[in-house]
Amino acid sequence: MPTVELRFSALPAHVRTARLVAAALARRAGVDEDSIDEVKLAVGEACARAVSIHEAYAKGAEVLVELTDDEKRFVVAVRDRGPRDADTAVAATGAPVADVPDLVDVESLGLPEAPDMPPGFGLAIIAGLVDDLEVLSGDPGTVVRMAWSATP
Amino acid sequence: MDLSLSTRTEGDRTVVVVGGEIDVYTAPKLREQLIDLVSSGAYHLVVDMENVDFLDSTGLGVLVGGLKRVRAHDGSLRLVCTQERILKIFRITGLTKVFPIHASVEEAVKATD
Repeated sequence: MPTVELRFSALPAHVRTARLVAAALARRAGVDEDSIDEVKLAVGEACARAVSIHEAYAKGAEVLVELTDDEKRFVVAVRDRGPRDADTAVAATGAPVADVPDLVDVESLGLPEAPDMPPGFGLAIIAGLVDDLEVLSGDPGTVVRMAWSATP
Repeated sequence: MDLSLSTRTEGDRTVVVVGGEIDVYTAPKLREQLIDLVSSGAYHLVVDMENVDFLDSTGLGVLVGGLKRVRAHDGSLRLVCTQERILKIFRITGLTKVFPIHASVEEAVKATD
């Protein structure tokens, strides 16, 4: 049973809301202060990813964030309702963060009108930040689950 | 909006001072500012990130987009940032190899590499 559930309309404005809730709960759970910025960034990326997936594939559907204080761990799971292969770039390249410079080779990114970053980039950032990360089938959609150690 | 922007010129450079949070919601404002500057002929930009509290991948994307636009005119886009928590995201994405990052606006406006 999650400690807190946050359900929000898939709007960019609410990504900040989710970051602030996650930071407040992480502190309360005893995640060390140095990791709080990481929590905000990772949860923000996961929520921004879910919002953009919903804008493309699941208009009107809400994003669900489950935050759990598990004694020794603080766990955040972000659920979207998009298709399973929404992160095509990550799926295709298996993008570990070490490959990210290739993804952002400026010359190869094409015209200024094209999207600035390829899909899957946010997930690559989360992978670089969070040791305990799982990306699972949400059936429908995907669950991005991130955990940090916490000392109560 | 949780983002503040101001610009000034220093010689042939245009300094964009950014404050607050650059995220999926506020980044479009920065994108518009960079587009406007390039459209008006400012091709050598210095983005001062010293008052930025938060930067996510959308913000990085806007900076990359700005870099592409100025490069199309043989220009430059340099960053000023000494905050470790912001530098961290540039490091893990390898973007420290893409953007010149300076310790001060003074240093950035003089740089020519």
